[in-house]
Amino acid sequence: MSDHEYTPTSKAGKWFNDRLPLLTLANHLTDYPTPKNLNYWWTFGGILTFCLITQIVTGLTLAMHYIAHADMAFESVEHIMRDVNYGWLIRYIHANGASMFFLAVYIHIFRSLFYGSYKSPREIIWIIGIIIYLLMMAAAFMGYVLPWGQMSFWGATVITNLFSAIPLVGEGIVTWLWGGYSVDNPTLTRFFTLHYLIPFLILGLVVLHIWALHVPGNNNPVGIDIKKPSKDTVPFHPYIVIKDGFALLMFMIVFAFFVFYTPNILGHADNYIEANPMVTPAHIVPEWYLLPFYAILRSVPDKLLGVVAMLSAILILAVLPWLDTSKIRSAVFRPLYKQFYWILVADVLILGYMGAMPAEGLYLLIARVATAYYFLHFLVILPVLGFKEKTLPIPLSITESVLGGSANLATAKHKESFDK
Amino acid sequence: MKNLIKLLSILAFISIASTHSYSAETAKLLKTDWSFKGLFGKFDRGSLQRGYQVYTEVCAACHSMKYLSYRNLGEKGGPEFSEAEVKAIAASFEVTDGPNADGEMFTRPAKLSDKFVMPYENVKAAQAANGGAYPPDMSVLVKARGGGVDYIYSLLQGYEDAPSEMTLDEGVHYNKYMYGNKIRMSAPLSDDIIEYGDGTKATVEQMSKDVTTFLMWAAEPHLESRHQMGFKAIIYLIILTILVYFSMRKIWSRVESEV
Amino acid sequence: MSDKKPKRREFLFTASYAVGAVGVGAVVWPLVDQMNPDASVKALASTEVDVSSVKPGNTITVLWRGKPVFIRRRTPEEISEAKSVKMEDLKHPEKDEDRAKNPEWLVMLGVCTHLGCVPLNDKGDYDGWFCPCHGSHYDTSGRIRKGPAPLNMEVPKYEFVNANTIKIG
Repeated sequence: MSDHEYTPTSKAGKWFNDRLPLLTLANHLTDYPTPKNLNYWWTFGGILTFCLITQIVTGLTLAMHYIAHADMAFESVEHIMRDVNYGWLIRYIHANGASMFFLAVYIHIFRSLFYGSYKSPREIIWIIGIIIYLLMMAAAFMGYVLPWGQMSFWGATVITNLFSAIPLVGEGIVTWLWGGYSVDNPTLTRFFTLHYLIPFLILGLVVLHIWALHVPGNNNPVGIDIKKPSKDTVPFHPYIVIKDGFALLMFMIVFAFFVFYTPNILGHADNYIEANPMVTPAHIVPEWYLLPFYAILRSVPDKLLGVVAMLSAILILAVLPWLDTSKIRSAVFRPLYKQFYWILVADVLILGYMGAMPAEGLYLLIARVATAYYFLHFLVILPVLGFKEKTLPIPLSITESVLGGSANLATAKHKESFDK
Repeated sequence: MKNLIKLLSILAFISIASTHSYSAETAKLLKTDWSFKGLFGKFDRGSLQRGYQVYTEVCAACHSMKYLSYRNLGEKGGPEFSEAEVKAIAASFEVTDGPNADGEMFTRPAKLSDKFVMPYENVKAAQAANGGAYPPDMSVLVKARGGGVDYIYSLLQGYEDAPSEMTLDEGVHYNKYMYGNKIRMSAPLSDDIIEYGDGTKATVEQMSKDVTTFLMWAAEPHLESRHQMGFKAIIYLIILTILVYFSMRKIWSRVESEV
Repeated sequence: MSDKKPKRREFLFTASYAVGAVGVGAVVWPLVDQMNPDASVKALASTEVDVSSVKPGNTITVLWRGKPVFIRRRTPEEISEAKSVKMEDLKHPEKDEDRAKNPEWLVMLGVCTHLGCVPLNDKGDYDGWFCPCHGSHYDTSGRIRKGPAPLNMEVPKYEFVNANTIKIG
């Protein structure tokens, strides 16, 4: 950071800032040079921060009334919905907020995949992001167990049982996770504790994520390196603050629609039935945002390999910066990669759909093909594309690419002057 | 591009195919107008009060509603019985309380603050009295079934003679809309099985609609507040979005003019 | 730039902030209000007590809003003793008839006004209650006579719904 020159205007401010440079930090965040050509796909980082704070605040207030005991959990949630002032509102915000959080994170991730934001020098930002994503899934999974409905209980049973696939120590690990011989009260209380803890771990990682971002600065739609500050950048405040604010409000309208008009549409009716260890629901399904991984898990007939496949599907993302060999960042200038990108999007949507279907017949076949293709994309197509693809010429600056009317024209002009 | 089209068509096929995945034999649900659906949906008070009557006189013999309290019957957004009516309703039920000074449990008339009295002590007692089948608690039943109010409404009217190829065990009945078509509960409603306090004719269809409306309220007592607050919230957000949008344009116009 | 432009721009930004602030307030309120007593707690805000078995000279203690309430059926001697106390002798002057509208019945929160302990019945130098924690003495009207407590034991809102039943709260 190069703004050691900032001095606070007031004496009190200077005194404080000399001891803890928060005002310098605030000044840095205000002036932070941001590419001026960022499109709306870049607003999801801010939206995600809003989602995290919303979940923490609503979660905190719910925790004042929720009872993490197998005999009282379901009832305490009903108590919140019926008796606690605005309890129904806070609960529906929290439950739908989780879905909105994942919707935003998937758009955020797919933005990075399209524009090559994971590429050098932003690999660590990307990897921290993957860790945040993993923690989000853990938190969401455990949060879903807390109401102690049928899906809570059986989802917990199925997923914790996966660990028994680990050779030798598997069974012991499962018993250790459960705190007993099946999912029961000890499991519930520890899941509550961990569910409360993880968001704060995520908060810390988000700070690191943003800090790591501020070293190279933001990527941008044309994927070229830019000088900061320059004609190509705008100060974060007010330009990006207001744009993020606008995008956030649009997001909140969608959020409000779910909370107030269709609050249960993303959930599963079976979770309004109290957990019953004697009766298994006809179809155990996780929440929608975990469906693609559920499909991958069930694609593999072997228990251990299914778990390995599911985990690999996430962990493979961590090495993406090294799998993608292309020197060009943005898919705008990679026409062949662009096509494969959209196929990947379709593939993930198909996997999600298959995750909701019974794992048999045509559904299972499609899930298997989609799983194989997913790994093919990362392990074969991306490395090969980097070498084989004929990319489009990239512009020299953002302003040029905007003014010139098209990236090619700008580069052509430059080439012309060069040839003279 | 060609690949994309191929994929999209497979997707389309799947989505169409999947609509039939779970409801292979069960018929399409009966539809009716529900006053509480839609952006401005509200409960019909009369229907709620009649529905409560159906629940108490027909269903409550076997089905508990343990998350509701008697005071809920007088609260805003529900059947809105008067305070005197609610007190009388509560007093007509006996609850167990105690222990008293002698260490014994005793019974007393219910108060507004008491939860609805359950027909059976516990789940096992309920099962034992009903041939092994547990009559589910109705507090959130409408939310616990995929088809929601349409499903409950249809099921109550869906009792028919079984098709000839189907053999039913003793105590099992055929229902056109039940998942799997077999249900342990015998048809609970028949025309004029109760006499409505407000004089409405108690046909099976009328009772099905009223009791289902009541069950919807029981599951979502704050539905009306939720709809009203939602309307205000979304209008507010739209106004603020418009203001912020123009603010954004104003601010960004400085950049465009610099270039 | 004409004068009009800054004014319009200012208005737009001010309007945005103002409308935004309304939203922030609307969001904060439910988060604060959820900590207020919920509907099930408010439903227990009043309690009805059957006092038909209480004989003169006896006291029963009932739980109301999580606190003990002393209901004492006073003897004629206790009543006249309470009425004859001079206001100048009281740290917290209160007439007995203001504390017990029906002089036979004394209903008050059994919580010492010093630091909250529960005073003991039929103890102390004033024929009333004695608080063992720091030595406060209360008389037959529940008024503080000696010791560190600053106020008389609190009389809650109550009424006789019929001859045998008191509704507290």
